[in-house]
Amino acid sequence: MNILETHHIVKQYAQHRALDDVSINIPRGQIFGLLGPNGAGKTSLIRIINQITGPDQGEVFFDGQPLGPQHIGRIGYLPEERGLYKKMKVGEQLLYLAQLKGLSERQALDKLKDWFVKFDIKTWWTKNVEDLSKGMQQKIQFVATVMHEPDLIILDEPFSGFDPINANLIKDEILELRQKGSTIIFSTHRMESVEELCDHIALINRSKKVLDGPKKAIKEQFKTNTYHVEYQGILNDLNPTYTVLDKKPLEDGYQRANIRIPPDAAVNDLVRDLIDHVTVRSFGENIPSMNDIFIKAVGEVPTT
Amino acid sequence: MRTIFLILKREYLVRVKKKSFLIMTFVTPLLVSCLWLVPIFFAMRDIDQKKVEVIDENGKFARTFKNTSQLVFTPVKLPVELAKKDFAQSGYDVLVHIPKDILENPKSLKIYAEKNVSLEVKNGIENAVEQEIENIRLLEAGIDRKVLESTKANVSSDTYSLSEEGEKDSSSGAATGIGYFCAFVIYMAIFIYGVQVMRGVMEEKTNRIVEVIISSVKPFQLMAGKITGVALVGLTQFMLWILLTFGMSSVLSSFLGQRVGPQNRVEMMTQPPAQNQTAPAEKPKSEQQNNPVNSVLKAISTLDIPLIIGCFLIYFIGGYLIYSALFAAVGSAVDSDTDVQQFMFPVTMPLVLSFIMAQFVIREPDGAVAFWMSMIPFTSPIIMMVRIPFGVPFWEIAASVVALIIGFLGTAWLAARIYRVGILMYGKKPSYKELAKWLFYKV
Repeated sequence: MNILETHHIVKQYAQHRALDDVSINIPRGQIFGLLGPNGAGKTSLIRIINQITGPDQGEVFFDGQPLGPQHIGRIGYLPEERGLYKKMKVGEQLLYLAQLKGLSERQALDKLKDWFVKFDIKTWWTKNVEDLSKGMQQKIQFVATVMHEPDLIILDEPFSGFDPINANLIKDEILELRQKGSTIIFSTHRMESVEELCDHIALINRSKKVLDGPKKAIKEQFKTNTYHVEYQGILNDLNPTYTVLDKKPLEDGYQRANIRIPPDAAVNDLVRDLIDHVTVRSFGENIPSMNDIFIKAVGEVPTT
Repeated sequence: MRTIFLILKREYLVRVKKKSFLIMTFVTPLLVSCLWLVPIFFAMRDIDQKKVEVIDENGKFARTFKNTSQLVFTPVKLPVELAKKDFAQSGYDVLVHIPKDILENPKSLKIYAEKNVSLEVKNGIENAVEQEIENIRLLEAGIDRKVLESTKANVSSDTYSLSEEGEKDSSSGAATGIGYFCAFVIYMAIFIYGVQVMRGVMEEKTNRIVEVIISSVKPFQLMAGKITGVALVGLTQFMLWILLTFGMSSVLSSFLGQRVGPQNRVEMMTQPPAQNQTAPAEKPKSEQQNNPVNSVLKAISTLDIPLIIGCFLIYFIGGYLIYSALFAAVGSAVDSDTDVQQFMFPVTMPLVLSFIMAQFVIREPDGAVAFWMSMIPFTSPIIMMVRIPFGVPFWEIAASVVALIIGFLGTAWLAARIYRVGILMYGKKPSYKELAKWLFYKV
């Protein structure tokens, strides 16, 4: 069951088509990576999901129903450009934002208490936001995004502005939220966190969806059937269907080579063949990294 | 509705809790009450008696001067030169010299004092002498003062406005004052609170919190909540100003009163110091002239106060709503203070223009300019308020209010359409052409 589906979304700004026939399905309980270079249309799509703007064509379904105002309280949104009211007390501000999401003051207070204990930030309640450091403000904003326990959480570059310790804290929170059943849309340029967290990805480039599916399947799709081997000896006379792509000596007298085999060939045959010729120290498949996939799909290097 | 209320509550509380709000709320009434109490305080200090020595070489002015609470006259028989020489030691504050030929040469009256004599004292003495000279001359001509008095016609006009309800006493002076005052208050309030709305919108936009907020509420709700919240702040502030000004004034004046003594205070309040009882015959006239407080109060009581207050509230709120919607649109369209000017000018122009025109309208409250400007919603809050104390036909007010409401709805629609696009637009400063395009964006 998909928590969110977009069907053939088109969004047109004056001269510029921000989204062109974009259809994505976001399965419930997953971390969904929404990837794409700058200006590809991610923010436009996120704004449509948040009902900040509406699509010119196409439909959005939330939990099987057409997306509407009644879903606002079930979505949490952390925009890339963070912002809070600077002159407002942390506690008042969070209560306000929670009430806008439809919580009563009582409920909001109860939930916030848990978060303040969890993050050990109880003393911040009566502080003005402007007196907090940037990282602290980010934490507050993260709490503001998730405190109403939304079914769908949209995080746009959630780790920017955090030091590694707090980034880890947030990462654990994200995983825990998924554990509890929330679905997370995770938009980022940092491929290593996509690698680490996402179950599913969609890649948007130049207003069009170019890639979509479970991370594993996509990696499978981008597999080149190449393997790397570290060995001693002379690597010659292998099965002619294998192609040695490159060889380079390592410092300790070993060599490293990348070998491509035909798609229908068995890996074990390659291993056998290698053992017959050289002394193997290590062997492995070259699985494409998200970075490789991104570059291949977009034709450019992801920029942060 | 709930979300609008939440937004309204936040906008209201954030502003009301600000230190600057508290300071403004308490300092302004204090200043205002000081402003009108200080002159009274100083006037009361002047009340300490002045001793006046009178050298009456002519000999006919013995009974001219009557002692008042401020001036005590003592006839002295001394040569002028000697009196002048000894003046410093004499213990008198003022020396009045009436030369022998005063009747032929009335300009020869001389008043000496260590410091400058106050205008009131000078006028008082001059009037008294003048009166006496007149009396003497009349007497010489064989005319009794009383006879003359009975021939005098005391003309001072009362103006009446004729309407269906019949003759009504009106005072154009009071109408002018009240009209101008109301117009000024509306003008200031629109500016002060309209700009607050604009700043609030800009704060949200530059802080980027707006994106979080409008993922929860509609942009229109945010704008409406903000505008009404600030409106309530304005009303609160005005209410407090009125209450506090009255409160502080009465506290301060009773404080002053204790120091000066109740009798003097009563005297001070009821009769301005200019009034010397030197000319009892002229009293009716002078009372009317010299008691402006009473006459203003009387004139005000002839005006239709409930109508004025009702209209004031309508035009105050209506004018504020129209302009604050526009201010909100301006705030949403710009990124920084420096870009504000370009858009502020066209928005505030009708407001400034109507305030300038108010002084012409006040002279001709029934002219064509006055009529049309009080119909156009952008100028009517000020121009109509100027006209209302002079009496405006009911249908004109009704038409103007309807126009105001329609104007507000139109402006709000326009502003909301710019606002919803503007708050999410960053970077370049939009041109007017672009703003016009925003109106027709599908969001």
